[in-house]
Order: sequence, then structure tokens, then C-alpha cells
Amino acid sequence: MAGFDHGPNEPEEQENLETISRNTRLGLKLFIVYLALYGGFVFLNTFSPATMEVVVFSGLNLAIAYGFTLIIAAFVLAMIYGWLCRNDVSSSTSETSSASENGETAQ
Amino acid sequence: MIYEPSLMAVLIFGGIVAITLGLSFWLGAKAKSAKGYFAAGGGIHWFVNGVAFAGDYLSAASFLGICGMIAFYGYDGFLYSIGYLAGWIVALFVIAEPLKRMGRFTFADALDSKFQSRGIKLAAAISTLVVSIFYLIPQMVGAGALITPLLGFPHYVGVLMVGTIVILIVVTAGMVSTTYVQFLKGSLLVIFSTILTFLILQRGLSTAPENDGQPTHQFQIIGPAASNDLEHWRSELDLTEQDSLIPRNQGAWEGKGILQLTRADKISYWKLTENSDKQFFLSETQYKQQNENGSIIINGLPQGTGEGKTDFYPVGRISKLPGDEKETGPLGLTEFLSTLRESEIILWGSETIKEKEGAIVTVYFPKPTSGKKVLSPGNHPKFAGIRSDEIWGKLNFLSLMLALFCGTASLPHILIRYYTVKDQASARKSTIVGIGTIGYFYILTLFMGLGAMTSGALDVTNSNMAAPLLAKSIGNWLFAIISAIAFTTVLGTVSGLIIASSGAVVHDLMSSFMKIEMNDFAKVRIAKIASVVVGVIAIILGILFEKFNVNYLVGWAFSVAASANLPALVMLLFWPKTTKQGITVAIFTGMITSLGWILLSADSYKGIYGLDPETAIVPFSQPGLVTIPLGFLTLIIVSLMTQPKSQGIES
Repeated sequence: MAGFDHGPNEPEEQENLETISRNTRLGLKLFIVYLALYGGFVFLNTFSPATMEVVVFSGLNLAIAYGFTLIIAAFVLAMIYGWLCRNDVSSSTSETSSASENGETAQ
Repeated sequence: MIYEPSLMAVLIFGGIVAITLGLSFWLGAKAKSAKGYFAAGGGIHWFVNGVAFAGDYLSAASFLGICGMIAFYGYDGFLYSIGYLAGWIVALFVIAEPLKRMGRFTFADALDSKFQSRGIKLAAAISTLVVSIFYLIPQMVGAGALITPLLGFPHYVGVLMVGTIVILIVVTAGMVSTTYVQFLKGSLLVIFSTILTFLILQRGLSTAPENDGQPTHQFQIIGPAASNDLEHWRSELDLTEQDSLIPRNQGAWEGKGILQLTRADKISYWKLTENSDKQFFLSETQYKQQNENGSIIINGLPQGTGEGKTDFYPVGRISKLPGDEKETGPLGLTEFLSTLRESEIILWGSETIKEKEGAIVTVYFPKPTSGKKVLSPGNHPKFAGIRSDEIWGKLNFLSLMLALFCGTASLPHILIRYYTVKDQASARKSTIVGIGTIGYFYILTLFMGLGAMTSGALDVTNSNMAAPLLAKSIGNWLFAIISAIAFTTVLGTVSGLIIASSGAVVHDLMSSFMKIEMNDFAKVRIAKIASVVVGVIAIILGILFEKFNVNYLVGWAFSVAASANLPALVMLLFWPKTTKQGITVAIFTGMITSLGWILLSADSYKGIYGLDPETAIVPFSQPGLVTIPLGFLTLIIVSLMTQPKSQGIES
């Protein structure tokens, strides 16, 4: 039924449990950091909109500077997440050694 | 406003749309023979996929709605940009990876894989349908906003056109916006927005902006005067004995501060305002009078082009630059913002008056506003609550920002793209590229919106056209290209949503829930019928919602998605005690309460039913703050009540 199907499932990727739980924990930690940033922004806007008019640098007020920061922070945190999750947590030493012998990083 | 189509613009537009559609068909046909095009065989490069994320996500609403809202109200529109982007953090850090690990494509599939319950299938299918239709409305409204200035057709023709084209595409060929088309559209949108921003900065700011080489109409503002004295205004306006100037303060006009000037049998309205220093100003307005017989009067003359007819003047300019300069010349990024902050800008407000004789008069009046105010939150009437002491306005704002944060991960058509790459690492990289591209585009929206605000090119009656009109003020070629990109984005998003909805009807509702046995031919036939029905619904709603800012409508779609889907998704992934009953009830509760809340809100009273918004039942318009936690609470309570008697072995 072309066009209306969900298509075949991808073969499931094998990831070890340690990697999964590390990524999940890391994801939640970074999420909390961003939540605090975003929450601070929303609460300032809601309960102290006058504060947002204060000029912070180069003639930009807090509203714009904080807004840009949130957009850039989303990208930076996503990069940090991608960087820290780039390797699997190795479950056995033999895997690590064979990977390093081949001059590859474990994926 | 009435728009004259330009042949060159139409040709460029037609060319780009034809190329994109052709490419899409070609790639779509190729993909059909491959491993299944929904997930594109899992072999897409992460960078392409990342930009395609942006192509998918940056719909008509992002482009037209945000720019329009910024152009009309300043910073408030940018709050949407921030909220939309923040939603990606929820998607990346919390939802996407566990969902991909379950090996499922959509929210409905993931829920189903764990429980295989008919109740869940029904709930997920209905929620997919409702969210898709809600998300379709702003796309259709956006289509109308694009077609009107380009081809000169009224709004409803634009909506009908898009609706018909998309239904034809879906029914005859089953077009799917393939990854490469989305990649192309995403790239083009970002590249041309960059060019547009560059040209805005090069043009700088001016108190007398030119609109495609033509000077703009300068509206008269008389004052300041120490008191509101009719004789003073008469002498300032150079009126003779035969001319009359009378304050209209009876009946529906009461409290609006509008004066009626009749000069040589031509009526104009003037708006009286008082600033904080108790100084009075009288400003020239524009108005539209819709008579009971359907005839339309604009600024005292019949609407039209040619002798004895007139139309609205385009608006939007700076009234005062720092140091009383006339123009700034080219500006840098922060310089543009800081100069604007020191300037005074003419924004526009409106009052609608229903006359006793049945005529409806809408008066649009200039509101000189300080740059400081334009660049801080709380100018939009719907956000003004944050500047008052009343709690409901503040809660409305919190509610919207929560819905934007939670909505992205709950939209049925967004997370799908996470499956089009081969592994988790590529998926993560794609998302990072996606966040980067989308974030960059959202930063540009601030400049494009403010550029439109000061371009002298805005249509005072419709905020959704701000971005195309800004491009038009720079040049017809840019206008044609930007419109074409936005239009193909609308076509892609609409066809994707219609296919998702018809898929939900055939797969989840009829095949899985009702257990109707169908062969493939029957499935395709029913899916096509469903596509036509959904398409027609979308057309009707697109016409009804013309005057709503598309962005605001997307805010509603996000609220419904977040309320119905997010609790089920998060709890399924993170709470082992979640039961199928809990999920089913939570989806229905979130969906029905958020929909009900929207339909009973002041905005719906005013915009849809034409009732007095003061009499609305719910205290604020955005439901998320109440209905998202309600969804979680319902899920927890029902799950705890329906725990299986003997606990299985937990892994």
C-alpha cells in the first residue's frame, strides 16, 4: 500500500545496557540544565517583564540576549550530548583492545 | 488589500514549485522500489537528514506566523521561536533514543508494541487525526496568505488551490515528502532567509522606507496638544465651514476615541490618543466598511483599483530614529537591534464596530511605540497579561510556553525522521544538525520580522503576509523565490499530514481497531477516500480561520499534541507501572480537555463564534498548563488502579 504504509521496521540496533543507561542519565542531566535555563526565562518574562528591558551588552536588552542564549544553548548542549555519547561504554576489555588494534574507536 | 500579480514573479514561482514537485515525484517513485520509503531504508546521511529535520519542522507557521507576529507586535513573536526550538531539547534528551530503541516509527506504534491493546490503537489513531487536522489549519491559512499577494486571488481561492492540489497529489500518486526534497527545501529556506536578512541590514532603517522603489504613504499625526479641543483639531486640519468633525461616541463607538471627518462628502476617521504626559494626538486612520449588501468601502471610496476607487495603504515604518536622523545606512546585527531600540516605530491597532444599520466598520489606527517596548515582551494583546497584575494573563503565558516546550516531541510527524538514519549515533548527529539549522533560522526570524515591521510594506489587515511582503519591498524576484519556497513547504507539510491521517484511519482505526478484513486494493481505496475527507475538512477550516495568526493556531496544535500524547509517551518510556488502561484514558483525557478548553476560550468566542470574549467559560485561552499535568495525573491514577494482580518478572 504505497504511500500509506509505515514501511518495514529497521533491524534493532544492538547497544549494551550500560551505554543505554549512561546515555539516558546524561540526557536527563542535560535536560534538567536546559529546563532550568528555559524555566528562568519564562518566569522572568511572566513575573518581571520589566527586568527583560534592562540593557545587558552592545545595546541589547535582556529579552533578546537571553533569547539568543537559549537558542545557542540548545545547540551547545546538543553538541555536548553528541560528543559524550559518541563511544559505547565497553562491556569487556577484549572488545576495546581489538578495536584499538584496528585503529578504530568503538562505535 | 488587492494585489496585482507580476508576471515575472508568477513565472519564477511556478518554475520553482514545478521543479520541487517534479523532484519529489521522481524521488518518491524511486523510493517506492527501495526498502520502504517511510524510513527511507535507514540509509540517509546524517547531515542530509539533519537539514531535512529543519525542512520538516520549519512549516508555513514558523516562517509566516513568526515573522508576521514580530512585524506586528515585536518581541512577542520571537517567544514562539524560542519555545519551538526548546521543544527539540525534550525530543533529543528525553524521548527520541528510548523510542528508537523500541524499534518503532511513531508514537502509536511504540505504544502498541508494548501492550497490543485495541483501546490504545483507537486512542492513538484519534489523537493522530485530531493533532494532524489541528496542524493542517495553520498550513492552509498560510497557503492563502501566500497566494493572495502573489496571484491577486482572495484568501479562500488560495486555500482551495492548495487543498485541491494536495488532494490530487495524494490521491493519484501518494506523494511522500522524501528526505531529499525536505533537505532541499530546508536548505533553500535557510539560504534565502540569510540573503533576506543581509539585504535588510544593508538597507538599514529609514523614516521614509521605499516599497519596491515607491515611496510609502505618510500618515498624518497631529499633536501634541495640551487638550482635546475640537477647534484646535479643526484648524490643524484646515477645515472649512462645510467640513464636519464630530466625535463618534454613541452606541458601539463609545469609548473608542474615534472622530469622524466629513470633507467633500468623503468620510475619514481619526483616532484620538493621550500619552503618559497628558498630551493629545489625533492620527489619520485607515478603515474598511463592509455594508450589509456586501459592498466594501475603504477610506471613504469603493475598494478597487482605478478611477474613483481605492485600497489600503501598506504600512509599517519608523517615525523617529536616534538623533532625529532620516536614515541609518547599512547596519550590523547588534547595531540593527540597538538602533531600533532607540527609535520610535509606528505599530497598528484596530477597532471593529458593528453599526446599527448592519454595516461593520474596522478602523486601523497607528500607534507610535518606543523601540524599548517593541523589543520587550507583552505587546501582543494575547501576551499583554504578563504586564498586568491579573494572574490569568500570566498563567495564559506560562501555559503557552509549556505547550511549546512539550509539543515538539508529541507531534506525530516529527519523530519519524529519527528513524531514517542507520544508527543511534547518526540519529544524534542529525538532531544536532537539525537543532543548529532550526536555531539559526529562528535567530533570522527576529531580523526578518523587525525588517518587515519597518519596511513600509505590511498589509494592515493580515499579519501572515509580512514575510512575503517584506521580500516584495526589496524586489519581486526575491518575493517570488521566498513565496515559492514557503508554498512548497506548505504542500509538503499538508500532504504529509493528510497521508498520516489517512494512515491512522486505515491502519489503526479500521484494520486494527474495527478488525475489518481488507485486501490492499480496498485499503488504498479507503485511504484515498479518507485523504479527500481530511483534505476537504482542512480546506473548510483554512477558510474559517483566515484572520487568525498562523502561529497562534500552531500554538493550539502543540497544546493538544502535548496534552494527549506526551504523558503517554513519557510514562511508557520511564514508568514501569504504566498500564494500557492508564495510557488509553490519559490520551482521551488530554485530548478532550485540551480541545474543550480551546473551544470554550475567549479567543474562540471572539474569533470563531463572534461572541463577547468576556463571557468565555475558561479563564485563559491556552490549555497546556492545566491539561498536560491532568494527562499525567490521569495516567498515574488509572495505572495504579489497574495494576495486574500478579507482577511479572521485571527485567
